[in-house]
Amino acid sequence: MTAITPTLDLRRYVGRWTLRTAGHAGRFSFLILDLIRGILEWRIWLPRTIEQTLAVGYGSLFIVLLVAGFAGAVTSLQTGYQFTGQLPLYVAGGVIVESMILELGPVLTGLILAGRIGARYAAELGSMRVTEQIDALESLGRSPITHLLLPRILAGVLAIPALVMLANVMGIVVGYVTATSSLGLTYADFEYGARYFFKPLDLWYSLIKSYAFALSVTVIPCYIGYNTQQGAEGVGRATTQAVVAASVTILLLDTILTKLILGAQ
Amino acid sequence: MIELRNVSKRFLDNVVLDGVNFVVHRGETVALLGPSGVGKSVLLKHVIGLIKPDSGEVFVDGLSVPTLGRRELSELRSRIGYVFQNGALFDSMDVFENIRLGITNEEQYGDEQYCEERVRECLRLVNLQPDVGHKLPAELSGGMRKRVGIARAIAGKPTYLLYDEPTSGLDPVNADVIDALIERLQQEIGVTSVVVTHDVRGSFRVADRIALLWQAKIRAVGTGEEILASKDPAVQQFLERDFEMAVIQADGGGSGGGERGGGAS
Repeated sequence: MTAITPTLDLRRYVGRWTLRTAGHAGRFSFLILDLIRGILEWRIWLPRTIEQTLAVGYGSLFIVLLVAGFAGAVTSLQTGYQFTGQLPLYVAGGVIVESMILELGPVLTGLILAGRIGARYAAELGSMRVTEQIDALESLGRSPITHLLLPRILAGVLAIPALVMLANVMGIVVGYVTATSSLGLTYADFEYGARYFFKPLDLWYSLIKSYAFALSVTVIPCYIGYNTQQGAEGVGRATTQAVVAASVTILLLDTILTKLILGAQ
Repeated sequence: MIELRNVSKRFLDNVVLDGVNFVVHRGETVALLGPSGVGKSVLLKHVIGLIKPDSGEVFVDGLSVPTLGRRELSELRSRIGYVFQNGALFDSMDVFENIRLGITNEEQYGDEQYCEERVRECLRLVNLQPDVGHKLPAELSGGMRKRVGIARAIAGKPTYLLYDEPTSGLDPVNADVIDALIERLQQEIGVTSVVVTHDVRGSFRVADRIALLWQAKIRAVGTGEEILASKDPAVQQFLERDFEMAVIQADGGGSGGGERGGGAS
């Protein structure tokens, strides 16, 4: 008897997990289809998208620039620590620019925004779900997809790549300033190093990553928030899940895109 | 006409509706009585397609609600006003915008002057001053929130009004105000209404017919007199319990209570 019970428990656990995963896959697929269908109803989502874009863009600008600035300064100092005396100083220019554009700008911005925008979207939609505001919208014959989800997702897709580009610039500028003051790097050396290592593909790579991260930071939290259940506790759980899921997806996509785009070079 | 035929619904192991048959004829007001948590709101949400039955059929104006496509369902919902238990007002919008969203005709919704007049008219119908329109839902009392919820539900000039516990959580004076409002709306705009409630006295006041949902089934349906004359022990138990509440309140024991009890006679 004691041998049977754990087996049954395991089967039940696996069964429930499979059903839950299949349920999520189905709901997520339908959500994506509804989002694509909803694009045609631009009269509804366009004004709300502009509102959301301004809120997301301006609201996140300070923290994104702050983090990018620190990332640029630390990259500069660590480059100095590792390379001084072994490699020509202009290499620092290349390392700072490439690190910011290829990795730190998009990934750090993505992770910061997973916390800031992802948590906000999941909490907003989750609260609306548990207080029946989403049901109320549906009862009025209006689609929550075009009124609530699409404007949020499109706002992220518009604002996040712009924020990533600004983060890249901020990181490079602060990195350069730090390098000149602590390593004695001249502007000519910095520019030479930056140009020596830079390829136009790097900028495309940064932009492609930023769009992929923008979708992770918006679509996943919107899905989780939209399907929130069980009151205030459910909203808290949805918010945490949204941030974790968006962050993990960013890291996963970072690896996949690096392999696909840079690994093929 | 609203018609539920043999509708069953369960959530996990909890059977909420078990072969429910329920009809509401055009122009009448039916109160759906039953203890808290018995599934009255679930039944009401079937009518507007927010919940689909596990089995059975739901018809509104001859249309099978669970099988309607997105557009047809949206069109049907524009003819039904739904008053949510806690108002379900959109907390990021002021009262004016909340009520305006209830205008389901897109042409009228886009006409600023029409919206201004219609919102003012709806506020008048629910006994609220026009200046309430500038307030946010968080600035309103519970009773005002319920009335704004009703104003939003009638803004689209629906042919059906579904009230989900319109007087729950209100003191007796405010509950009477809402009951009087339901009666007056019935006379002024002549809608077909379903009032879900566990308030016996209020239901006898507003309804042409009363139905009792008891242990997942419709236990009794009839006019107030027929329900009072019923020999069914479940009906008598429900009416007597409510009568006892009224006695407690009359003795002063329940005067500060949030929810209202009332004599059935």
